[in-house]
Amino acid sequence: MTPERSITSRLAAAASNVGAGPAFWIIGALLFAGVPLLNLLPDDSFFHVSDFTLNLLGKFFAFAILALGIDLIWGYTGVLSLGHGVFFGLGAYAMGMHLMLGIGTEGVYGNALPDFMVWNQVEELPWFWKPFYSLPFSLAAIVLVPMAAAAMFGYFVFRSRIRGVYFSIITQALALVAWLVFNRNETNLGGTNGLTNFKHIQGFSLNDPSTQLVMYMVTILFLGLAYVLCRWITQSRAGRVLIAIRDCEQRVFFSGYSPANYKLFVFVISAGLAGLAGALYVPQVGIITPNQIGVLPSIEMVIWVAVGGRGTLSGAIIGAAGVNFMRSTLTNHFPELWPFFLGGLFIAVVMFFPKGIVGLLRKMSVMLPSRKSKVENAATTD
Amino acid sequence: MRRSIRRSPIPILSAWLLLFLGAPLSLATAQEEPTSPPAFMTTQEAMTALHESPWPDKKLAAGYLLKNGDPALLPQFEELRSNTNRRVRRLIKPVINLLKNKAGLASPDKGTRRAAARDLGARGTPEALPVLKKALSNEKEHWVRYDLEEAIQLLNLENGDPQVKFMAIQQLGDMRSAAALPILQDLAKQQAGNLEQQTLKDEAEKASRLIQKWQDVTRGIEMLLQGLSLGSILLLMALGLAIVFGLMGVINMAHGEMMMIGAYATFVVQETFRMYLGEHLFDYYFFFALPCAFFVAAFIGWILEGTLIRFLYGRPLETLLATWGVGLVLIQTARLIFGDLTAVQAPSWLRGGAQVVVGVQLPYNRLFIILLALFSVAGIYLLLFRTGVGLRVRAVLQNRDMSACLGIPTRKLDAYTFAFGSGLAGLAGSALTLVGNVDPELGRNYIVDSFMVVVAGGVGKLAGTITAAFGIGTLNKLLEPGFGAVYGKVIILVLIILFLQVRPSGLFALKGRHLDS
Repeated sequence: MTPERSITSRLAAAASNVGAGPAFWIIGALLFAGVPLLNLLPDDSFFHVSDFTLNLLGKFFAFAILALGIDLIWGYTGVLSLGHGVFFGLGAYAMGMHLMLGIGTEGVYGNALPDFMVWNQVEELPWFWKPFYSLPFSLAAIVLVPMAAAAMFGYFVFRSRIRGVYFSIITQALALVAWLVFNRNETNLGGTNGLTNFKHIQGFSLNDPSTQLVMYMVTILFLGLAYVLCRWITQSRAGRVLIAIRDCEQRVFFSGYSPANYKLFVFVISAGLAGLAGALYVPQVGIITPNQIGVLPSIEMVIWVAVGGRGTLSGAIIGAAGVNFMRSTLTNHFPELWPFFLGGLFIAVVMFFPKGIVGLLRKMSVMLPSRKSKVENAATTD
Repeated sequence: MRRSIRRSPIPILSAWLLLFLGAPLSLATAQEEPTSPPAFMTTQEAMTALHESPWPDKKLAAGYLLKNGDPALLPQFEELRSNTNRRVRRLIKPVINLLKNKAGLASPDKGTRRAAARDLGARGTPEALPVLKKALSNEKEHWVRYDLEEAIQLLNLENGDPQVKFMAIQQLGDMRSAAALPILQDLAKQQAGNLEQQTLKDEAEKASRLIQKWQDVTRGIEMLLQGLSLGSILLLMALGLAIVFGLMGVINMAHGEMMMIGAYATFVVQETFRMYLGEHLFDYYFFFALPCAFFVAAFIGWILEGTLIRFLYGRPLETLLATWGVGLVLIQTARLIFGDLTAVQAPSWLRGGAQVVVGVQLPYNRLFIILLALFSVAGIYLLLFRTGVGLRVRAVLQNRDMSACLGIPTRKLDAYTFAFGSGLAGLAGSALTLVGNVDPELGRNYIVDSFMVVVAGGVGKLAGTITAAFGIGTLNKLLEPGFGAVYGKVIILVLIILFLQVRPSGLFALKGRHLDS
């Protein structure tokens, strides 16, 4: 499309005018530096953020990256994917495999092979595990494997003009199938128990709070980058086409564009973001199992975006963090009520706040004596 | 000739008559013990001897009872077994076994007779032969005769006379006896010392090859049947989905939960019958449960349509999410009410199966499910193409606006159709209780597959849904043994995606010039 130099320069330009003002930088700085600083306060201080909370926040913001990806494909392009858990899982498993090999002989069995392979009587490391010894390979795989999978799947699906609910259903089947395959022992991916018991990342112990602090900051950094990337895409001319596809695909088609290619492009990008999110999730949570990537989690991811407000990037972040925050509080205190709450959320968002929290806020700010910037904001993204 | 033998009883019988003439002679030479004159005059005397006499006499008594025992002695044996030492227990074990099976062979129940015959074939001693032969001469049921003959031949395999053995091998091969396969394979593997043994060995090899070939065939038939019954359940699910989707453009993600509701309705009806009505009426509960499942699911579907879905027309993706939420709520409600796992007891007339050929049982419950699906399809066909309501539904399906202009109450029709589709899922759930347990997430296992049926079959055409349901159901079961259930599913997904490359709107699409529905 354009030479690389101009892409990077454009990205920089986008970053500078991204967030339509200082809000991006202020919030970004608060999350990146402010929260870790609160963590350094003495334990008894009111403002102290515990290691546990910091870790939770790290997980939420990893999910936020994923939500940005889903927002790109669903909120902007109008293609509802119910299979993003798969791409999240691919990234997470890629990272998990690297960490798993990092355990070395410190496992329960003192074997160089991961523990679950010893249980399953696997004698030799399977071929596809071997490259994951290397960090650069693993880092590349985190993003490229999900992107490649999405490209392959998306090529066939978009090419045959599968869209709307059909697409959602096919992606849900993909999630089911992936869940089934990851659950098998002979695929050498840990079976039902998944990958866990990681010890360290590049020599730093994962149990050490300071490693977790760094992981949190890395997550925020990537969240910022992902935000800038999404912002750049949605504000570009291609972004306009995406929104046009959402609003009336046929008109775009008859105007001489190829919706399939645009959709494929966004699908692949959002799969990459999902993979990145998975990779950031794994070291902070310490486990990845098939149950985190199946049909149920995949559709839950969509509801984060819906709650936050689809079609707005800030909404995706707010929704991912908000819903997951409610999830951890509610499942702690009333585990039996959580499904009712989640189900109610699905219904309520669709029925009463189709634009989510951000849409609600905007409505309120419009009703209040108008502040110029927000109204403008609403006009640009809707 | 050989082929006909395993199907019709008459040639087997005639072959048997021949053997009957020869067998007693050879048996007599093989089993007569030169030093044991009959020491006991009555069975009761022998029983006493078993209790009181020294060891050699006990042995003789057991031998006598093995030949002349009567099932009426069983209680005495049970008592003896619990009061005696290990040696005697071992001594009387074959006697008890034989007597039990003797009692079984005299039972009026077909299944018990067959089980007894099989047990004697697998574990019996040569003393069982006269018992089996006597039972055979009185038996009229075809498949009980088969089992009796199989048992006799299996016992004859142990016979020392090579000629009897040879005949037994040949017969077992002709009968395609599955029970004989491991024994025959062992025989075929043994080293042959002389010509006689070599002949036996060759014959055993031939027979086991015959049996194996037949087993492949029966396995195929069984898989086909399982596939058809899975396809029937998918069909019942998908019909509702496809009609609703075709008519309203709405995908109901809670459709699987309608199935779950149908299953629990069946469960509740069953429990009610068990609690308030006697045992003799219990068997009829299923006739009541089927309509109950249909109407409960239809009613909940109707409420769902009236309170939620009607507000979401024209927004299929949102409907999908909202109905998924409804599904979550329904699942959790069911879990709180019924707990995690409950089992429905199939009525006795749906248990067991009909044997058609050797090694193939057609289970009644699966047959029932297939019939139920066919019946429903016929009902839907009549409803859609032979009634006024059906005419209106088809009109709305083709052109909603035009139908509304012509005075068709489209809104009302939507509500009824949705309720009807949910009711069909309820029926599917009710049918599912016959083959599996009931748990709150029951619907989740089938929903993705039934969506695949809708996608592959195309919307708005009954034929497409039917073909796709049976196709996917059968393919699932056919791929299972070769690739495992998981990879079977992977292959099916890939096949569907590839198929959609060729026919993007499914097998049978509505013809029209519109680009998009």
